[in-house]
Amino acid sequence: MSDPAYNFAYLDEQTKRMIRRAILKGIAIPGYQVPFASREMPMPYGWGTGGVQVSAACLVPEDTMKVIDQGADDTTNAVSIRKFFENTAGVATTEKTREATVIQTRHRIPEEPLTEDQILVYQVPIPEPLRFLEPRETETRKMHALEEYGLMHVKLYEDIAQHGNIATAYAYPVQVEGRYVMDPSPIPKFDNPKLEMAAIQLFGAGREQRIYAIPPYSKVVSLDFEDYPFEASKADHPCDLCGAEHTYLDEVIIDDAGGRMFVCSDTDYCGERQADGHRGRLSPKLEAAQ
Amino acid sequence: MICVENLSKTFTLHNQGSAVIRVMENANFTVAAGECVALSGNSGAGKSTLMRMIYGNYLAASGRIMVGDVDVASAEPREILDLRRNTLGYVSQFLRVVPRVATLDVVAEPLRAVGVDQDAAYARARDLLGRLNIPETLWGLSPTTFSGGEQQRVNIARGFAHTYPALLLDEPTASLDATNRETVLSLIEEAKAGGAAIIGIFHDAPARDRVADREIDVSAFTPKRAA
Amino acid sequence: MTPLLSVQNVAKYYGARVGCEGVNFDLYPGEVMGIVGESGSGKSTLLNCLAGHLAPDAGKVLFDTRANGMQDTVTMSEPERRMLGRTDWAFVHQNARDGLRMSVSAGGNVGERLMAVGARNYGDIREQAIDWLGRVEIATDRIDDRPRQFSGGMQQRLQIARNLVTGPRLVFMDEPTGGLDVSVQARLLDLLRGLVREMGLSAIIVTHDLAVVRLLADRLMVMKSGQVVETGLTDQVLDDPQHAYTQLLVSSVLQV
Repeated sequence: MSDPAYNFAYLDEQTKRMIRRAILKGIAIPGYQVPFASREMPMPYGWGTGGVQVSAACLVPEDTMKVIDQGADDTTNAVSIRKFFENTAGVATTEKTREATVIQTRHRIPEEPLTEDQILVYQVPIPEPLRFLEPRETETRKMHALEEYGLMHVKLYEDIAQHGNIATAYAYPVQVEGRYVMDPSPIPKFDNPKLEMAAIQLFGAGREQRIYAIPPYSKVVSLDFEDYPFEASKADHPCDLCGAEHTYLDEVIIDDAGGRMFVCSDTDYCGERQADGHRGRLSPKLEAAQ
Repeated sequence: MICVENLSKTFTLHNQGSAVIRVMENANFTVAAGECVALSGNSGAGKSTLMRMIYGNYLAASGRIMVGDVDVASAEPREILDLRRNTLGYVSQFLRVVPRVATLDVVAEPLRAVGVDQDAAYARARDLLGRLNIPETLWGLSPTTFSGGEQQRVNIARGFAHTYPALLLDEPTASLDATNRETVLSLIEEAKAGGAAIIGIFHDAPARDRVADREIDVSAFTPKRAA
Repeated sequence: MTPLLSVQNVAKYYGARVGCEGVNFDLYPGEVMGIVGESGSGKSTLLNCLAGHLAPDAGKVLFDTRANGMQDTVTMSEPERRMLGRTDWAFVHQNARDGLRMSVSAGGNVGERLMAVGARNYGDIREQAIDWLGRVEIATDRIDDRPRQFSGGMQQRLQIARNLVTGPRLVFMDEPTGGLDVSVQARLLDLLRGLVREMGLSAIIVTHDLAVVRLLADRLMVMKSGQVVETGLTDQVLDDPQHAYTQLLVSSVLQV
């Protein structure tokens, strides 16, 4: 049970209403950044305060929550946020993507396709995709309002001019429903095609006080050039633990001699595959008994 | 072709006690197509002033200056620009040098401005520069660095490149050697034969006698000084 | 012929002070008009009113749009006006920093307007950028350098390329040669002159440099204390100025 010293999911009911209004507005205008009165949370900015507030506003006691950081359920950030909601909301938690109803994420979309019964909440550091080239908020708002998005392509142009290809590998800008250009948060561009999904996707930026959303089945297009089309790239390896060839991989240095391995960044997905008997290059040997 | 009626000119020097200087009054004359008229009169009589007024460079105080069907005295700037481009040529004594433009282009420019294609414009420019004895080695260079005489000949070539129906010549033969002088005179004769109405200032009397059909004494238009 | 731009009774006030007042003129396609006057004469205020950077307090600025003919740019919607600003209009600032993105390469600066109107082929954009760098006499191997690494004259030429790449019909220039060395100025002026002719551009050039307007402008407008005191053919205004102020202005120029 939750600690009775806290209101359900930490935030007071008025605050949650305010955030829900922002969320609804965000869903009504896909990709549009809705300002909201971000609260001080008992964790530092940069640790997911935006995502936590959005999750808190979405949670009901019957929910099952999963928290991932870079695809993993067992990193510090993921563990502490999961504990936070266990303590303040008393909701069930899980590491299984399939079992979760609310998933808060930092920097990844789970490999397992999400369903209409799920909500994916992203933690966002800088919500404004135009910020790198246009520092004035007044001007970027006007550019969104008037759909003046030439600048976004200038950024991609600069990439190609300097690196020979679009080197932006994460936080790759997308256009939602043919209207707003949006920063999908620092997910790898490998995940961009998954932004068209059945689940509701909510994005919360605590320090920048913005919430935005992609409703289910929205059209999400990654910006590109005709002659330099978007590519959802990943490391050219299979997973060394489960052998998957279609997942996003982390590179792990395993010894002082520069030895390395590639493993699925989605720990739950990788674990399930191994449980199903899939094996990679560096998998522990099968026990004879099996 | 050119018809000047009741033309007068004053200069008001606002910064010198608003002195009003009347320099011309009641100028009336016409120049027909194919006719060359020499302006005469003493230095200071207003020959250059009259010429500049016809070209639209000086503003008339009153009266009309018809060139073709345009009244220069009252026309809009763009009408005057159009007139200068198509109808009214002006060979001044000095070339207003445009930096970094090759001589051949300087000469061909008036033709290009009226839509003559580049090859034909260059052909005409080459012909004129050749006749005026500008060495071919200089054609690709800007006239900025040329001697005074060479610059003047470039200026004449430019002035005669397009066959204007009306032409103003300010001392076209000044400081030219015999050969080039002869060339310029024959250019004037060709323009006349082509039907151009020409007004010129010639201090070179033999030249004037050769090309001019009659003279207009500008001092007749000088306002009588108040006693 | 319809004018490209028709300015009717434009006025702008800063509180009780007059920025500019009672300005009227028509600009026709292919015409280049100079606006001269000393600092504070209202010439830059007027230019900014015409270019949509400032909202005039009175008057109309009619522009012959491609789609709908004469439209008042003062009352048209902001999206329409901004669209004009990146298609049919161009604005060359005195300070290149105001007109360039200093953190974006030369090629990106030139390409931005193309991308802003929908160009999505990198090869084509690059090709046009290279072409334009050539036309403004910037070595094409500098295409991936940032404008910070350029001299003042190069920055100004890059700004011109960035502005002209979409083939605008009307160019506003605010002291385009200000702050440049004389030799650099001459080169820039010659370049502008060529481009204006070649592209059949109309232009309005604000400057206090009479030599600049003599070289570039067909027509001249002289301003003093927010009022237009004299207009006319450039050489006529400079050689036979009528108004006291213009006479003072012309006689104050040092002869070289």
